[in-house]
Amino acid sequence: MTEKRSKAKERSGHPLDDLLREDRIPHIWCPGCGIGTAFSSCLKAIRSSGVEPKNVVMVSGIGCSGRAAGYVNLDSFHTTHGRAIPFATGLKLANPVLHVIVFSGDGDLFAIGGNHLIHAARRNVDMTVICVNNFNYGMTGGQVAATTPKSARTTTTPFGNPETPFSLPHIAYASGATYVARWTILHTREIAKSVEEALLKKGFSFIEVLSPCPVNYGRRNRESSLETLKIYQDKTIIKNGAHPSSVDIDPEKGIILGKFIDVDRPTCKEMYDKICRSE
Amino acid sequence: MKASVLTGQHYISGDVACAEGALAAGCRFFAGYPITPATEIAEHVAKRLPEVGGTFIQMEDEIAAMAAVLGASWAGKKSMTATSGPGFSLMMENIGLGICTETPCVVVNVQRTGPSTGLPTMGAQGDMMQARWGAHGHYEIIALAPSSPQEMFYLTITAFNLSETYRLPVLIMSDEIVGHMSERVTIPPFKEISTSSRPRPKGRKDRFKLYKPGPNGVAPMPSVGEGFRIHVTGLTHDEKGYPVLTAETQEEMMARITGKIRKNLGDIIQTEGYRLDDAEVVLISYGVSARTSLAAVDLARKHGVKAGLLRLITIWPFPEDPIRRLAERVKGFMTVEINMGQIHLEVQRCVGRKTPAVLVGHPGGAIISPDHVYEALKEAF
Amino acid sequence: MEFWRIPLDVEEIQITRGVVHILEERCKGCGYCIEFCPRQVLAFSSRFNERGYHPPVIKNPDDCVNCHYCEIICPEFAIYSIEISEQDDKRPDPRLHSNPR
Repeated sequence: MTEKRSKAKERSGHPLDDLLREDRIPHIWCPGCGIGTAFSSCLKAIRSSGVEPKNVVMVSGIGCSGRAAGYVNLDSFHTTHGRAIPFATGLKLANPVLHVIVFSGDGDLFAIGGNHLIHAARRNVDMTVICVNNFNYGMTGGQVAATTPKSARTTTTPFGNPETPFSLPHIAYASGATYVARWTILHTREIAKSVEEALLKKGFSFIEVLSPCPVNYGRRNRESSLETLKIYQDKTIIKNGAHPSSVDIDPEKGIILGKFIDVDRPTCKEMYDKICRSE
Repeated sequence: MKASVLTGQHYISGDVACAEGALAAGCRFFAGYPITPATEIAEHVAKRLPEVGGTFIQMEDEIAAMAAVLGASWAGKKSMTATSGPGFSLMMENIGLGICTETPCVVVNVQRTGPSTGLPTMGAQGDMMQARWGAHGHYEIIALAPSSPQEMFYLTITAFNLSETYRLPVLIMSDEIVGHMSERVTIPPFKEISTSSRPRPKGRKDRFKLYKPGPNGVAPMPSVGEGFRIHVTGLTHDEKGYPVLTAETQEEMMARITGKIRKNLGDIIQTEGYRLDDAEVVLISYGVSARTSLAAVDLARKHGVKAGLLRLITIWPFPEDPIRRLAERVKGFMTVEINMGQIHLEVQRCVGRKTPAVLVGHPGGAIISPDHVYEALKEAF
Repeated sequence: MEFWRIPLDVEEIQITRGVVHILEERCKGCGYCIEFCPRQVLAFSSRFNERGYHPPVIKNPDDCVNCHYCEIICPEFAIYSIEISEQDDKRPDPRLHSNPR
């Protein structure tokens, strides 16, 4: 106990500081933005997973969530809009020892980068994709996204969104992801546990994290960040194992969270080695 | 594992020679997407790469292919892709990322006729300016133009060596005719092939600065997983690699990514002269059109016209000096290319008003015949 | 937390105790740590930090059970807790008094 105590005394900063590029903090995310929480949970998982930090690499695309790679004190890449997954595919296939994390947003991963996501899932490239879903394009000032709920107001849907949003876990599952989970930023332990499981799992893992965007989405839809979190507290139902086709986001019926899929199938590299390298 | 260098005499196409050149240069990662007339390169490496311990992947589109190539390069592998016009257009954004983040890799463009889908199975040289300026922003690039299958082999090795030495995407601007033409290709023994590797960091990892240039203006490059904790971004960044969004940092970064090329032109630029010593009229050409021009020079000489050929092997950075030197003493220049005047603009820029410079162009879909070049030459001079 | 009776095994159950540390200069005042602390340890400060946000203050230091929830929900890496050992802890056992609020 005394040893523990003295160790605690020596530590002067935040326990995750060594995984942060401290000289880049404070980050650019707005007050009440949930990306920082998703990011913090992810760092916590990197720590608790026990994987060697030297072999962990984070790849981001463009957007608010895309800035995450710039704050992690690991090998990290801030790539082009939508292309984090193919960039990460190149990294992973060229050096299979790496644990590759793609940390990006819903616009980056499912609109401009949607094609890459479904194909990486289909190939079962061994990587962990964390998608912070804040229901709009935050970086550019709050435009409609492929995840914006019907009727929601954004700067490009001034009369309300006439389109139907994607259900991200359903797409990931249908494309072949071997691990699919959804949490909100209120569920920090569950995010960390999912990211840890995904890091240690061989295969394409997808974790959606619902997050408030108080400045751009919340403001136009009359939701403060605390109110959004209250919705996450009151209207979410954890249903581990729920079929991904049944988890559309509908606050009226309740937002289904949980670990939906956790199956095993050979990875892209395992199949390549087996089929293309056998003499 | 099989040999990566297939020493011996081969009768192969330009595309296949390019693929073998890549393997000989040490390429161990290829990401691509099928497109006529570059598909054969992907098909050949799909078979050959796993034999030599490398990896081939056919991605979902050219955007993904280019992104994967950059990722693989940062993982420490010599990487490449091959495409043609429409795919080259799609790759442009990530070629820009490769330039900004100083990522070595090779991009082959086996040119076909455009714009748009154009004549997919027919050659052209219409992407030469796109190669120079296709990605947004100002930058320097290296582009090479092979004229034969043998040169597809050698210039692919040169392209890898230049990309590793100067840390940038190097473009091989071939064309459908050279890509699909089969000729004898000699592959030398392994030990006779000289290859370069990217400069590697030395010293303490915690003090390492990702973009601190070495003596030739090029920064050493670590790989992912070596413990350098690098941050690589397409945003304007400082020597540490961190985004700093100011005009001053932009100026420093631009000075680095353009300076490393501008300061080493002598090492980068290659041209070849044919019957230039007493030439009064000089044809300037590259790729398949240089073969036409070579025949046209002989034809002209047969008719008593003192013609010569300056073949551009390096297209970008543009070989200004040899053209400027020739402009001091010759009566005229004629650019021969399968487009309506792209490299011709550069020739005109270098020649100035010293002497006339004319174009023999072609909109694409066929080669320019030696007779046609000779007729144009007679008419002009 | 109110108990209608003190549990019989109260002496055997170990409850960890924590001390909250706040890195005020990093705080952007979102209030997540205050709102979602399961023991209501924190409150908004009336002061401003150097960037003009109200950071949290420790209102009920004795109630912290070192659950680390504030540490992870904080998007700014601005708050964390550290476990303290029983022998160093001079505070009353949180189980033996009802919540004062």
